Amino acid sequence: MITGTRITTRLWPLALLLGTTHAMAQAPRPDLHIRVLAASCAACHGTNGVSASGTPSLAGMSSTQFLSSMMAFRTSKTGTDVMTQHARGLTADEIDRLAIYFAALPAPQ
Amino acid sequence: MKRREFINTLGAAWLGAAVWPLSASAARSLRQARVVIVGAGFAGATAAKYLRMWSEYQLPVTLIEQNAQFVSCPTSNLVLGGSVSLSAITRSYDNLIRKHGVNVRQETVLAIDADRKQVRTAAGSVPYDFLIMAPGISFDYSQLPMTQTDAAKARVPHAWKAGPQTQALARQLQHMRKGGVFAITVPPLPYRCPPGPYERACQVAWYLKQHNPTGKVLVLDANPGITSKRALFERNWAEQYAGLIDYQPGSELSAIDVGSRTVKTVFDTWKTDVLNVIPPQAAGRLALDTGLSNGEGRWCDVDFVTYESRKVPGVHLLGDSVDSGLPKSAHIANSQAKVCASSIIARLADVQPDPLPVFANTCYSYVDETSAMHVANVYRYDPEKMDMVSAEGGGLSAYPSEKEGADARSWAKNIWSDTLD
Repeated sequence: MITGTRITTRLWPLALLLGTTHAMAQAPRPDLHIRVLAASCAACHGTNGVSASGTPSLAGMSSTQFLSSMMAFRTSKTGTDVMTQHARGLTADEIDRLAIYFAALPAPQ
Repeated sequence: MKRREFINTLGAAWLGAAVWPLSASAARSLRQARVVIVGAGFAGATAAKYLRMWSEYQLPVTLIEQNAQFVSCPTSNLVLGGSVSLSAITRSYDNLIRKHGVNVRQETVLAIDADRKQVRTAAGSVPYDFLIMAPGISFDYSQLPMTQTDAAKARVPHAWKAGPQTQALARQLQHMRKGGVFAITVPPLPYRCPPGPYERACQVAWYLKQHNPTGKVLVLDANPGITSKRALFERNWAEQYAGLIDYQPGSELSAIDVGSRTVKTVFDTWKTDVLNVIPPQAAGRLALDTGLSNGEGRWCDVDFVTYESRKVPGVHLLGDSVDSGLPKSAHIANSQAKVCASSIIARLADVQPDPLPVFANTCYSYVDETSAMHVANVYRYDPEKMDMVSAEGGGLSAYPSEKEGADARSWAKNIWSDTLD
């Protein structure tokens, strides 16, 4: 599990600028937490982030796009959107690591 | 190299090294283990697929299910409304077999011998190293024994396990006399799919509005109020179905006359034309018979890191049978299966499982054939409470909408595919 510097919500704009995150600089360690969490997203977004329906695929999405979308959901004024409700339930660190996880998955053909 | 490619390459290297590939010794111990899963609903089927996928197809998985096909409870209320057919929510297990190499056996499990690590079916004994039980729910007829016989179930269907019962109830609705009363009885919490009875009331009202506008829906709820999406259902019933849905909270059943479809509650007697009794519920029969239930005898305690039973070591339990702070939903069953699959593989690969699992729940209810509304929450494991606890930020839709109706259809397609394909 990643235990180094967390990218807090405050630092996200910096992460976006760099187009990468601290997590990638960490030594490789098992990240079963994120794999299972990402798999929970699959119920709506498809196995391995490849959607079988109208819901957007997450596989191959750039981490920049993922982070900016999640930040927009979290700071949205309306609290009644599905993704706003999910984004607010996750930690900044989890969102950060999900961004890397989904960017690394092969995009749908 | 473009930045996106760079990120992908780096990410892939990081992921590959971090999660897998499996070491040669891990692959060997996975190949030698035998996992048997009993029950192929959302929980059991998902566990089978993800155990195969995440073990890189090393771990042999046998999935035992008594039914030939998968019928989805989510969306099944729309069969009553008339906008969806039963065949549209019925799926085969072929992709689990062909694409994922799961050994699917259509058999009825008679008993579990946890000491000998064997599952007993009519065809013989199936040995296991890891057993995952996903038996769904059973109905508790102790208070209403008159509704338990096959004849009673045909006359007063529950339709709370999607399939022939759903069709039977739909037929009764279609043949109800003009101006008749369609009654739904809601059991006390906890039960499978908390908003399901109220979604059903909407679907029946939607059908009546078109085909039998003087008919009525009567909801006799054993609970003190609507148990899920309350504000949304209350507003929808006042606006879209004004005068059509008669909601009676605190209506615990005291007796039912199956022949005349008459219901007695503590204070009233209700004569109905179609009677849908959703019985009080407990863990799946096999989980109860295997001794998995806790002190209260209805539901079962598990360790939320591994989903191993707290009563019978070596037996894992998933889905609606589990006693927890989680709603008994398809998305929860599907997510629990992944936590369990991940922990079993971690154990065989000699890696620590995630000590603090987190997952999401999204659940849609349709108010008619096109519009839906949701409840969404993230749940985290709280080691002090030893339970899954709702994270901050969750909540409901503002109102039902066609956009969310489309989202709900997309949700169903993806969760069916994620579970079975």
